[in-house]
Amino acid sequence: MIEINDVQKAYGLAIVVKGVSLALPKGGITSIIGPNGAGKSTLLSMISRLLPMDRGRVLVDGFDVTTTKSDVLAKRLSILRQDNHMTARLTVRDLVAFGRYPYSRDRPTVEDRAHIDQALGFLDLQPLADRFLDELSGGQRQRAFVAMVLCQDTDYALFDEPLNNLDMRHAAAMMRLLRRAADEFGKTIVLVLHDINFASCYSDHIVAMRSGAVAFQGTPEAVMRKEVLTGIFETEIDIHDIADRRIAVFY
Amino acid sequence: MSLDIAIRRKSLSARTILLILAAFTLLVMIGFMTIGANGRWDFVLPFRGAKLAAIVLVAYAVAVSTILFQTVTNNRILTPSIMGFDALYILIQTVLVFVLGANRVSVLDPRWLFLGEVAVMVLFSGLLYRWLFAGERRSLHLLLLVGVVFGIMFRSITSFLQRIIDPNEFLVLQDRMFASFNTADTSLLAVSAILIGLASFAGWRILHTLDVLALGRDTAINLGIDHRRTVSIILVIVAVLVSVSTALVGPVTFFGLLVASLSYQIIPSYRHRLILPAAVCLAILCVVGGQLVLERVFGFNSALSIIIEFVGGLVFLTLLLRGATR
Repeated sequence: MIEINDVQKAYGLAIVVKGVSLALPKGGITSIIGPNGAGKSTLLSMISRLLPMDRGRVLVDGFDVTTTKSDVLAKRLSILRQDNHMTARLTVRDLVAFGRYPYSRDRPTVEDRAHIDQALGFLDLQPLADRFLDELSGGQRQRAFVAMVLCQDTDYALFDEPLNNLDMRHAAAMMRLLRRAADEFGKTIVLVLHDINFASCYSDHIVAMRSGAVAFQGTPEAVMRKEVLTGIFETEIDIHDIADRRIAVFY
Repeated sequence: MSLDIAIRRKSLSARTILLILAAFTLLVMIGFMTIGANGRWDFVLPFRGAKLAAIVLVAYAVAVSTILFQTVTNNRILTPSIMGFDALYILIQTVLVFVLGANRVSVLDPRWLFLGEVAVMVLFSGLLYRWLFAGERRSLHLLLLVGVVFGIMFRSITSFLQRIIDPNEFLVLQDRMFASFNTADTSLLAVSAILIGLASFAGWRILHTLDVLALGRDTAINLGIDHRRTVSIILVIVAVLVSVSTALVGPVTFFGLLVASLSYQIIPSYRHRLILPAAVCLAILCVVGGQLVLERVFGFNSALSIIIEFVGGLVFLTLLLRGATR
């Protein structure tokens, strides 16, 4: 379980995350939704120790993320942020292999190689394995980074906008893959999503944020309601039941 | 399986390139020691040997410090000298002469003086640069601007102090401030070698984290690197290396950029264990080879640093214009 306790973050005078307390259940997919500037990404960065918090604390399975050693956490929790900039020139396989770094540093074992191949396979990357990252499209690169995080094989995996740059086919495939990671391998997946319909179709739990605070949380059925979403996004949103799924229409 | 072989072949070719480079470097070094020696060998060899040793130490320090710095800051344009590291070192030297007076400075053992300067350098560069690089990623333009401002500030304070200093004391200082590979300060060779050895040992122990750091701050933290601590260690190593090279030959601005860029170009690998030695070889090749050609072929003296800075400056402009600024 991820316990978030009174976490706060301010940039200058602007308070981006206002004393958020939240318990994210172990197992399954939790999606964090909300309008731009709601503090979703900032919260995710603090949970994953990328950003120090001004106040409060976060426990992952009882490990305090600010005091636990980084290499210990790297075997329990992984994070993928939106823009992953790097200067080094490496291939997809090189990148995915870095997912094993927390376990065997730069000396990969046979077991590590199996993990690497499996992760490449999960994301359909075998044909691209020896291509350099800077020769790939944004979506392909995004998949390579997700493969690295899967290769890291942590109980908790956090993704900030994992569907960025992906076309419909790969976006749906990505969500099915994350679903599979949660159902078959018992991983806990936490996502920041912009597309509330993806959140509705694939999550077990949805947290809606607005102005740096949690506005609403619950099952997709509870969150995907006209009065809830309209309040959060400040725009008219209609909800329709299509093929047993709750789909928001706001176009 | 075939993929594995392809990968192995690729890293083999990077290794082959490195070997060829090393062989070339060795040849040029032998050439530097022997070509055109028409005197007694027992004079020529120690004389040139000291020169060569100074050049090798400086080449090593500049190449390694530049690549470490670029890995830590995750860009391929900024170098310690562009960020004002060597200007800071010269400022420290000037302040020392200013405060203590040239007489007292000349009486001190130059080696202890040097160690003291390095210690002050590590302290101040740690304070100044850590906040820039250890936290959130900052924009390259901001960093470049900060570097230029730092550099100008350090140089201005230096030249201000030099104006109001006693002319005799100024002479002591002036000695130390012009880049010349030909008149390297050989009295500091041993202590420089020891410092470089210590810095390299510290670097060797975290060599494998360098490849991870090159993936960017967020990814490195995700993979379990203690980012702030590692960056601090590397900045200390960089400060020591820059002190050594500046103390030996004075400030060289674009030399590091030149050899680092060349090294990334010719080594088809992201691994620092290949890139770093390649950069060192290239740096030695540039200076020793350049010196050899200039002295023996054209009969020039001490114009080498100007040529290297000119070519390095061109590389810097090209990189900026090509927009490899990310």
